[in-house]
Amino acid sequence: MNQFSYIRPASLKAAIDAVAKDNSARFIAGGTNLLDLMKSGVTTPEKLVDINRLPLKEIQVNGATLHIGALALNSELAAHDTVKSQYPLLSQALLAGASQQLRNMATVGGNMMQRTRCSYFYDTTMPCNKRNPNSGCGAIGGINRMHAIFGASDSCIAVHPSDMCVALAALDATVLVTGPKGSRRIPFHDFHRLPGNTPQLDNNLGKGELITGVEIPANDYTKYVYYLKVRDRASYAFALVSVAAALDIHNNEIRSARLAMGGVAHKPWRLYEAEKALTGKAPTEENFRYAANIAIQSAKTYPHNAFKTGLSLNSIQTALLKAATV
Amino acid sequence: MKKQQTGQSMDRVDGRLKVTGGAKYFADHHLPDMLYAALVCSPITSGTISSINATKALKAPGVQDVVSHLNAPPVPGYKNAEAGAKDGLKIFKDNRIYSNGQPVAVVVANTLERAVYAASLVEVQYNQETHHTDMNASMNKAFQNNRMKDYLRGEADAWKKAPVTVDATYTIPLEVHNPMELGGIIAHWDTPDTLVLYAKTQGVKNVQDTMKKLFQLPEQNITVHSEFVGGGFGMALRVWPMEVATILAAKKIRKPVKLMLTREQMFTLVGYRPNATQQLSLGATADGKLTGITHEAVAITSPYEDFTEGIVAMSKFMYACTNVNTRYQLVPLNMSTPVWMRGPGEATGAFALESAIDELADKLHMDPLQLRVLNHADTDPERNLPFSSKYLKEAYLLGAEKIGWANRNAVPRSLQENGMLVGYGMSSGTFGAYRGKATVSATLKSDGSLVLQSAASDIGPGTATAMVQIAADVTGIQASKIKFMLGESRYPFAPQQGGSSTVSTVGSAVTDACQALLQKLASLGISGPDFKGAEQEVTVTATSQAGKERDQYSMYSFSVHFTKVHVHPATGVVRIQHIVSVADAGTIVNTKTARSQMIGGVVGGIGMALTEEAILDHRFGRFVNNNYADYHVPVNADTPPTDVYFINKKDPYINPMGAKGMGEIALIGFAAAVSNAVYNATGKRVRDLPITPDKVLDNKGNQPWKVENKMTT
Repeated sequence: MNQFSYIRPASLKAAIDAVAKDNSARFIAGGTNLLDLMKSGVTTPEKLVDINRLPLKEIQVNGATLHIGALALNSELAAHDTVKSQYPLLSQALLAGASQQLRNMATVGGNMMQRTRCSYFYDTTMPCNKRNPNSGCGAIGGINRMHAIFGASDSCIAVHPSDMCVALAALDATVLVTGPKGSRRIPFHDFHRLPGNTPQLDNNLGKGELITGVEIPANDYTKYVYYLKVRDRASYAFALVSVAAALDIHNNEIRSARLAMGGVAHKPWRLYEAEKALTGKAPTEENFRYAANIAIQSAKTYPHNAFKTGLSLNSIQTALLKAATV
Repeated sequence: MKKQQTGQSMDRVDGRLKVTGGAKYFADHHLPDMLYAALVCSPITSGTISSINATKALKAPGVQDVVSHLNAPPVPGYKNAEAGAKDGLKIFKDNRIYSNGQPVAVVVANTLERAVYAASLVEVQYNQETHHTDMNASMNKAFQNNRMKDYLRGEADAWKKAPVTVDATYTIPLEVHNPMELGGIIAHWDTPDTLVLYAKTQGVKNVQDTMKKLFQLPEQNITVHSEFVGGGFGMALRVWPMEVATILAAKKIRKPVKLMLTREQMFTLVGYRPNATQQLSLGATADGKLTGITHEAVAITSPYEDFTEGIVAMSKFMYACTNVNTRYQLVPLNMSTPVWMRGPGEATGAFALESAIDELADKLHMDPLQLRVLNHADTDPERNLPFSSKYLKEAYLLGAEKIGWANRNAVPRSLQENGMLVGYGMSSGTFGAYRGKATVSATLKSDGSLVLQSAASDIGPGTATAMVQIAADVTGIQASKIKFMLGESRYPFAPQQGGSSTVSTVGSAVTDACQALLQKLASLGISGPDFKGAEQEVTVTATSQAGKERDQYSMYSFSVHFTKVHVHPATGVVRIQHIVSVADAGTIVNTKTARSQMIGGVVGGIGMALTEEAILDHRFGRFVNNNYADYHVPVNADTPPTDVYFINKKDPYINPMGAKGMGEIALIGFAAAVSNAVYNATGKRVRDLPITPDKVLDNKGNQPWKVENKMTT
């Protein structure tokens, strides 16, 4: 690990200034990913700006909206009464992520900012366009069992590792951001990026912009929800594929559906077409399979991850069935 | 009369120290003026070092030296091997790179952080050569040495003539031991020819002996401390090159140096279970009598050592079969040398043999339990000797009852619970029950307490606890007044803790030493129960080893594993619901620690069956999952209720306690019990470990996923 300086500003403005004015500075909150990246030499910041003293921890209901401070811990959010009762999909997704110890350290903002777990990204002796643009993609032609089947490019087939973000994508969250030019709101769908020709960019944050919170609008997905995570180990393992499924069912009719996947793309992957297909239909196994079929049409696989197409199909159907069966 | 201690669930004598942090592991030691080492490891997989530029590293804060083949002190024990001879990696002898991750330099600094940072500043240039890390692509290099001769009993390949046959290929991936405690060493040259080591080792005398040869020093000049070890599983059964590198750095700098590996380095520097491919062929009569077994295995090794283990051993004697032939070959690759990993070799072989037996049972429409009993070897067919003790049939029946084997339906996919496919599987395991040679000193203190010393190790099973119990029974002295001291090279000789032999070997020496002590005390007129009256300490030393009984009997421990699994029909995820493991390991000295040991082995077996695989990118010769997040050691959530049962019947011949070994059989065979259960649940036979969801679903490739149903409203 390289030498770095460390500051802990007391105000939001001071924190943002510290990063905006220094190309080699990085924010640090829980540090559960950043420290790994620093130890392996992937990221070599010269200054760490610790934001843990900023007043961004609160989880509160503002009218019909749930406001989550960026520094709320993953474990606190998962156990929060309102989250459990009104946004159970989010709670389930959080609990599927990492381990209890990591959830006790990891923050909501940090979770959104975590980088891919692609091995080629972490090993600085290997080619990786995300870590070192124009060095090539190690995973294409390498070991790509864990990699993307949707929205990848010839420069990068890495996946976003978060579970929480899959639920936030499904629930149409909004990311609250403050930077040198003031504050703005980014719809969750537009927060993370697809790799394209610039896989080094994970998201659309500008220089010095800091996530201050996340908002989730009120919804009707309090009952028929399920977060399915398929993984090689029962806990503390990244998803082969995961599915966040939320249904609003009345009188045996799906009034609306939300579906998103993890472990399949460079960002949490919303299944808009499948959602549309389910709207107004009966919650039957056949309809769920039909919707799942729609969702996987655009899949493109690599030598080791071809199984993910079929596994996605089965997992979407399974998650929908589980969601509909309370 | 005193309650017999052997067979009790006595608490660990060092349990309190361990849970309160009082136990000192090698890295917990701190010596005055101690420095910290960080390794610079090769990113290439084959070739030579053309230059090392340490200028920047040497200028970095706190750096004392950068030691490599260019400036390391000579090692007198590095013989000039003849061209082509294999005798290990001689670290820092020359510039040759044999495998990725091989240490090329040691950076020594006054803090760990400074050493690690300075290591990143060392500039090394390499001449890269073509490397080979893929066994399948190097099969043309397969060879045998004289430790791995072909075996033939009766007729070769007799299975081909049988009316019912199984002929299948089973593969296991490379597995890494990955104990929680990382490898490393503290090296200190007290004088230019006196070496003190704090080691992570399964055998202090082995380390001492290796150093004696390498540095050509008298034994008394080498002191090795290793009182506590945080897990070994075989990785600490030998001295590794990076330990020698640290010792060389300490010699050059003349200060104590501590090295602790990173998790990533644990994959390339301290051995592994070699990946292997096995062809297992069985022939049987229509009523299930085995008529031929053929077992051919190929596993990997390093370019500079031939690592062999008992992959095909079990197939030779496990079943009564007239015709058996085996072949075992090695493929040398640009990899570091493998080393025994719990259940070594036999665990690899048992996966193939016990899966094939299950496949045969399926073809015969016979219960696999019944098939095993039908072909039970009442005597050892390999050595033509009686077994010293064997209660395998009893173990089969006990395990079957406890798992609820009667609930099993032989037809795959016929049972479901809560939407999950249910399967039952079983397998057996075996491992040689050994007894080596060890010496123990026994000292009666004037207060009537007893101190025993031997250079044994405890990598976790509870060695000292068992020895105290054995000594208590021989002497009649209360267990609380007996202390067994281990992990010091200055104590009398004991072999490494490996091959499930510590209780047998060291326990026998404890027995003999205690009996010798009683005789000596009697001659002094001192007797129990209090043994008071001696004006000074009384010490005796006894050496103990096996006798001719080993030529008259075949000695093996046996295990039986039963599992009940759930398999998700849509995702292929396997979750073990219940495990029953039964050990025929002779007398159980301590039922509590023995149970823990069995559960530990079973957890290792769960990893082998379902989760563990170290994956190489052969283009680079580098591992892509060399960390705890991506190399999946089982976690608690993977580990269901595990019921352990012991036959607990004394072996009349092996040693005075009648205790056979147990560490290995806890794992051996377990993977097949899972794969057989997965087959029973799904009808899918997975012959390639680990059994991950994609293999269970087996929908790789471009299977068309069509819309199967119309939408209904």
